[in-house]
Order: sequence, then C-alpha cells, then structure tokens
Amino acid sequence: MKIKIPVTKAKEIARIQALRLSEKTIARQQATSNFFTDIADVVLFISHLFKETFSRKFEVHEFFHQCFKIGYKSLPLISVTGTIMGFVLTIQSRPVLVRFGAETILPGMVAVSLIREMGPVITALICAGKIASGMGAELGSMKVTEQIEAMEVSSTHPMRFLVVTRVLAATLMIPLLILYADGLGILGSWIGANIKGDVSFILFFSQAFSHIGFIDLLPAVVKSFFFGAVIGLVGCYKGYNAGRGTESVGKAANSAVVLASLLVLIVDMIAVQITDMISK
Amino acid sequence: MKTEQTDSIVIEQAKTSIKVPVIEIINLYKSFGSQEVLKNLSFKLFDGENLVVLGKSGSGKSVLIKCIVGLLGSDSGIINVFNQNILALNRKELDEVRQKIGFLFQSGALYDSMTVKENLEFPLRRMKKHLHQKEIDEKIIEALENVGLPEVIDKMPSQLSGGMRKRISLARTIVVDPRIILYDEPTTGLDPITSDEISLLINEVQKKYKTSSIIITHDIECARTTADRLIMLQDGEVYEKGSLTKFEKSTDEVIRSFFK
Repeated sequence: MKIKIPVTKAKEIARIQALRLSEKTIARQQATSNFFTDIADVVLFISHLFKETFSRKFEVHEFFHQCFKIGYKSLPLISVTGTIMGFVLTIQSRPVLVRFGAETILPGMVAVSLIREMGPVITALICAGKIASGMGAELGSMKVTEQIEAMEVSSTHPMRFLVVTRVLAATLMIPLLILYADGLGILGSWIGANIKGDVSFILFFSQAFSHIGFIDLLPAVVKSFFFGAVIGLVGCYKGYNAGRGTESVGKAANSAVVLASLLVLIVDMIAVQITDMISK
Repeated sequence: MKTEQTDSIVIEQAKTSIKVPVIEIINLYKSFGSQEVLKNLSFKLFDGENLVVLGKSGSGKSVLIKCIVGLLGSDSGIINVFNQNILALNRKELDEVRQKIGFLFQSGALYDSMTVKENLEFPLRRMKKHLHQKEIDEKIIEALENVGLPEVIDKMPSQLSGGMRKRISLARTIVVDPRIILYDEPTTGLDPITSDEISLLINEVQKKYKTSSIIITHDIECARTTADRLIMLQDGEVYEKGSLTKFEKSTDEVIRSFFK
C-alpha cells in the first residue's frame, strides 16, 4: 500500500534530509581537518622545541629550578609509591612461590620485575599525573593571564624559557626518579618478605641483585628517558596551547595527564618489542 | 642682539611645533579566519603625546596594540616604530625594538611564581644586561616608589589587590625606561577611585619618563584624564579622530553613546 505525500511536503522532507546530510558531511570534514591541524601543530611545536634546545642561549638557571621542582619535589610521592610497589608485589607473589617451593627466587623475581617493567611504568604513570598535569595547568594559566605574552615583550623567548627547560628537566629527572623508585621497591619487598619470614637485609639484596643483568637494566633506563621526554612534552604542549578562558586551564591539565599516561604505555609497548627483538 | 633673540625664539617655537611620529601605522589589515578585525587602519603616535584609542569591545583595540608590539602578525600594511617597520624585522631586531616599548597588559600579567621584586628584575636582567645587581636593586626601588608601592617589594602577586597589581605591572613596565608605553585597558575591573588613581599615574609617568603612550580604553573618565588626542575605532576602522573637545562636542550618535 502506497502512502501519498503532497509534492510540497515531499520536497520539504527531501530538503531537510539533504541539509542534515550536508551538516554531517561538514562536521566530518571539520573533524578530519581538526585532526590534521592538531598533527601539524604538534610537529611545529616539536620542531620549534628542537630549534630552541640547540640555540646558543640556554636558560641554565631556569633548567636547574625545574630539575629541583620535578626531581626533588617529587621525592616524597615516589618514595611512598616505590616502597608500596615492592611490598605489594612480594606479598602477592609469595604464596604462589611457596606453593611451588620456589620461595628462594622471590628477591630475584621481584627485583627483575621491578627494574624491567613495574618500576619504570608505574613511576612514569605517577609522574604523568603529577608533573604533566602540573605543567599543563601552570603554562595554561600563564597563557590565560597573558604572562607568556608579557615574557615575550620582555625580550624572552617563552619556548626557550618555559618549554625547553621543562622538557629537558623532565627527561633527565624522571629516569633518576625511576631508579630511586626501583631501589625503594626492593626495600619494600624486603619489608614484605620479613612479615612472614626472616631474611637478612644483606642476603635479600645480594640475592636480588644477583638476578639483575645488563639486559634488564639498560633497556629500562633507556625507555625511562623516553618516558620523561613524553611527559614533559605533553605537559608543556597542552599548557602552551591552552585556550583563552579559565576553563581551558582545567582542560589542559586533564588532557595532559590522559595523553601522557597513554603515550607512556605506548612507548613501553614499543620498547618491550624492541628489547625482545634485540635479546633474541 | 634683539634680532638674534627673536630668531632663537622662532627656532625654539618651530622645534616644538614639529611633531615627530614615534609610531606610524599605514593601511593595516588584520583578520582571524574570515573575521576582519582591523581594516585599512592608519594613524600616527607623536613623540610625548598620550593617544587614547576608544571603541566598543571587539572593535580591534587590543589586537591593534598587540600588532604594534609584534605579538600578532598582520595581513598587510606597515607598522613603523621609530622608523622601523616591525613587520619586516627578524626576531633579534624585533627584540631590540621591543626594548623601547613597554606594554601594560589588561590583566596585569604579573608572574605568579615570582615576588614583586623578581617580577621587576625579570625584564631588567634581560633588557639591561650591562647593569650590576646594585643598579638593578636601585632601579626596582625607584620604579616601586614612582607607583607608590615600595613596601610590597617582597610580596607575591596573589597577596596584592587589583589596583596594586596594576601599579606593580606599571612599575614593571617603566623599570626598563621605555620610550613608548602601550596600555591595554588600564582601568578595567577597578573601582572608580582606583581607576582615577591609575589615570593620574599614567600622566605622572608620561611627565617623569617623557614617554609617548597609546591608551586602549572604553573608560571615558580615564580618556578625559589622560588624552592629548583620541581615536575612535568602529568595526576595525578609524571612525573619528581629534581632540577631547572635538569628541565631547560631537553630535554623532556613536560618539555620543560614549560621552553621555
């Protein structure tokens, strides 16, 4: 059975449908163009960053100030998380190892898993939360309150002063924080092992370190530098490119954490693949 | 003897009547996407004068002074600052020109993480590299005394009121001895009494430091206090220019809406 629609109404329906389709097409085109604009922005930002990093005038004082802020001021948080990491890993693994009569390999197993994977990744994720969000919020609020422009009219290159120093400080300090967290993780593991057993400090540590080889330590340290660079870069990029309103400061901080955490995991996945290929 | 005296008086009068432009803007265009913000804008700022730029929000006033100082580029036109077209300068040359220009931001733009002293020290260390610490300290104290706030030297910007922040921001601008000062809405967000104080301070700074200024505002009281000459912008174009008297006597509706 056919329903008859008046011609004028049919034309109107066709017009509305065409309009909806064109709106959808425009929205899709805009989304695609925004994506490519964002990619171009990131590429420009990184190329500008490299250019300023290798320029003759380096902001030494600001670089050390950022090293202090990123490294020293993160020590309490990293101390707690590092110790808990080793402690929990030991408490969770011990019953399984006892069941198979392999309790003696506990220090080595914990040390290897901490140094190869858990230490770098968890510390980097914690740093993404603390440092990337801090950079995003700080630079974002500086942008909103015209402080970055004020810097520029004072003959200061904001990219050199604000971004280069922060990215380099993060690249240098985060690997050190990761090594520090690894050390405290093994200490936490010893505390965990002593809750249900009795192992001397020296014996535990000598057993732990006897299982760690060059192939465990080197890839972990190398990827830590990449974690640091990613965290600094994302935090600065999001803050430096924040919008004009105060709302954009929150958005910059939030998106910095999310993107930095995601990129840390992606870099880790790539690093694991490369390490696996090399060790074969 | 009398003839020589008369001649020198005539020369002196001629010297004062010659107006030297420190900023000259010729046919400036600026747009953001499809939105044209400045359209064929041309005017001059003469040495030692206070030029007030009036206009509604969105008329392109702030964009104009950001173009002058090189924070924003332009689509076409010429911006001559001390006879140098800043649109044709490289970064190093632009920095040299910027050392002669002070910029008072609408929000004050004080660095939150620094004390008042560090805020003033920051541009000094970068623009006046030859100065020793003792000279820097003296200049900071002098600038703070000129804005009437020497006692807040060790405070953080967050501990200051809105008016105090504007004064400190002005101190940071004058500490490097600029020859031109660009004021971006200096009295916005302040109560009438503090606004008057800031307007008077702008005049004091002009007299003491012999600066030329562009004052962007829509505060008529500020314009009345500070203006030697006015320009009104409307939709990115110069709508009217002239003296304060000319504006106050105008029968044009747009101008009247400001000078009610």
